[in-house]
Amino acid sequence: MSASPYGPKADPGPPGLAAKLLGFCEELRGEGVAVGTSEILDAFAALEHVPWTSQADFREALATTIAKSQDDRRVFELLFDRYFFRAAEAEAVARKVNEQGEGEGAAGSERLDMDELREQIREAMLAGDEDQLRDLARLAIAAFGRGEGSGVVGVDVQRIRRTLGLTAGNQPPSEDGEELPPIDRAQLNQFERHLRRELERDLIERTETLPPSRPLAELDRALPTSPTQDLAAVHRAVSQMKRRLATLGHEQRGRNKGRHVDVRRTMRASLETGGVPLRLKYRPKRPRRPEIYVLCDVSTSVTSASVFFLSVLHALHDSFRKLRSFVFIERISEVTDVFEHERDFAVVAQKISSEGGVADVSGYTDYGRVWLEFLTEISEDLDPRSTVIVLGDARTNGREPHAEVFAQIAERAGRLFWLNPEPRLYWNYGDSVMAAYERHCDGAFECWTTRHLENFVNVVAGGVPAERD
Amino acid sequence: MTYGSVAEVKDALAEVGYLADEPAALVSFLAQRLGKPVLVEGPAGVGKTELAKALSRASGRELVRLQCYEGLDEAKAMYEWNYRKQLLRIQAGGAQGGWDEVQDDIFGEEFLLTRPLMQAIASPEPVVLLIDEIDKTDQEFEAMLLELLSDFQITIPELGQVAATTMPIVVLTSNDSRELTEALKRRCLYLWLDYPGLEREMEIVRLHAPELSETLARRLVEVIQMVRALDLKKPPSIAESIDWARTLLLMGAEDIDRETFVQSMSILVKHRTDIDLVAERVGMKLPEAPGRTG
Repeated sequence: MSASPYGPKADPGPPGLAAKLLGFCEELRGEGVAVGTSEILDAFAALEHVPWTSQADFREALATTIAKSQDDRRVFELLFDRYFFRAAEAEAVARKVNEQGEGEGAAGSERLDMDELREQIREAMLAGDEDQLRDLARLAIAAFGRGEGSGVVGVDVQRIRRTLGLTAGNQPPSEDGEELPPIDRAQLNQFERHLRRELERDLIERTETLPPSRPLAELDRALPTSPTQDLAAVHRAVSQMKRRLATLGHEQRGRNKGRHVDVRRTMRASLETGGVPLRLKYRPKRPRRPEIYVLCDVSTSVTSASVFFLSVLHALHDSFRKLRSFVFIERISEVTDVFEHERDFAVVAQKISSEGGVADVSGYTDYGRVWLEFLTEISEDLDPRSTVIVLGDARTNGREPHAEVFAQIAERAGRLFWLNPEPRLYWNYGDSVMAAYERHCDGAFECWTTRHLENFVNVVAGGVPAERD
Repeated sequence: MTYGSVAEVKDALAEVGYLADEPAALVSFLAQRLGKPVLVEGPAGVGKTELAKALSRASGRELVRLQCYEGLDEAKAMYEWNYRKQLLRIQAGGAQGGWDEVQDDIFGEEFLLTRPLMQAIASPEPVVLLIDEIDKTDQEFEAMLLELLSDFQITIPELGQVAATTMPIVVLTSNDSRELTEALKRRCLYLWLDYPGLEREMEIVRLHAPELSETLARRLVEVIQMVRALDLKKPPSIAESIDWARTLLLMGAEDIDRETFVQSMSILVKHRTDIDLVAERVGMKLPEAPGRTG
């Protein structure tokens, strides 16, 4: 089966449930969910035991056999909705089934009262009633005229929502002065999802073709570029990284090389064999817990990458013995406290920009001055056990880079890494003086996707010696 | 005993005091039907272990539990040769019998110390095997489990294979603190248990603290869900909601006002920075005057 089973033309594909399920698994694989043959066999075996007429059971049975982690499950949910919706629509187009007739009649004959509709939607949202929401979404679309509007689904969804006056958060009191319970974002999203789906259905009916299916946008592709980006996605990336790092520790522990014999435990174990130490007991390998100093550039070009990186490090704080973070533009300022008390990505970002006090006059980064300040403030504490990490684009805006001061820092600290949020291709172009600093680093990494970041954190936490490249 | 439908499983679990949601009931049902192990993941304290216990109570099977920890090895999980007894046998029978006889004899079942996994396999009655907190072990241990999970058998080099005579229900739990291997996941059905919704948690609290009035239970669950919505280091678990409910009963509280909340907060939140955060964000929203109905 091709990567996109339904191209722009409505092609129902081979008939039957089995073919559809295989197609669905194929799409899941396309999104990076590892679906093996054994999983598919399990899925079929499970489906024999659940009534396939109940959507919830059908979905759960598939999910429990196919999606084997929380992340996979999320992708599964998104794709399940999309795939089976598209499959049903493709079938409908092929058989020329449409619902235009009855929809028009209902909307035309009675003029819908906007306020009443809004109240009903609000109630359904609060109750979380999926079926009712779907019906109401259709009503709302009918009220605004089927087939009218911009033709762009996203725009129409927002237009309908605004016209209905639906907002998240606290609700203005109704006309009779009654207090209304607040609606949270998730509930509103739910309604918008139904709206979107119904509008898509409408569009497919009119054009009799299916729009091409797009791959899901994943955070894996790039670091957040603005602090307003989906916070849930950031949290997800952080927790994912945390788990992968935990797994890494175990791999390290499994290696026998360089282990030390624990004499006391070996002697104890030898009692079983009459005092002959047949089995050697080893001391468990303790993971390295470095002291970390992070210096992050927070000038406009790299703010988000910096804040994101700091959030990740602080989420992982228990892997380090000590973690102190600094932000800088023209001067430096310590922000360790901010991260200890705030865990919300957006609040942290805002606090750093407002309270950091790092911009002086111009707002342009002054690396030379930053090294001098860092050295005077922290030189006492730096020792061979400490790791210094700098995140910045090394663009000095034509100012003195003071590479010799940087070299001093490198000398005192055990390890010094540089993360550059720019692709390696751009290093040393324009006012970037990366080469001058890179000479003194134990490693310089490009860091503009979560994958890069993860590799780097592995190096720091796992204690694997970084290769100079 | 076997169940005919998902609803039956749900009812059976409810009878023994475990209110399962739809996915949990469905997966339990499938586990029994397909004879596959279940991997249950989720945050701490959402009733993962309790699910296995409830399954054992509902089906009347014995529960064999293996608590995992770092450094757990097959000697403690599967079986071990009883060295002392073997040594005694060799010494006692030193005079008669040749080498072959002794060798055959000391590697017999008599000299085998069975550990939980072996016990579950060898049991004549079907059991529920709970492998708790599998994420605490290392990957080698996971690999060792694979034979057991897919074929329900254990290979002992000296004895050969010991296959299960009855099909155990196997439940593995994980706190999701590290990624489990693909090989392990492939052999299991996957169930993610999350914190329950408002209504279900209320039912659970009422089930375990029946003296609690309905309004107070609702209020309590509302507050707990508010606390969970904050980004805490350790969000309160279901067990802690139940503890809190019992505490409120002991305190004779009629409503959750700011004072009661601050006094009993330490039952819910167990981290210094969390306590500050909760006191600030949740405590402030509660009514101040005691005795006012909420």
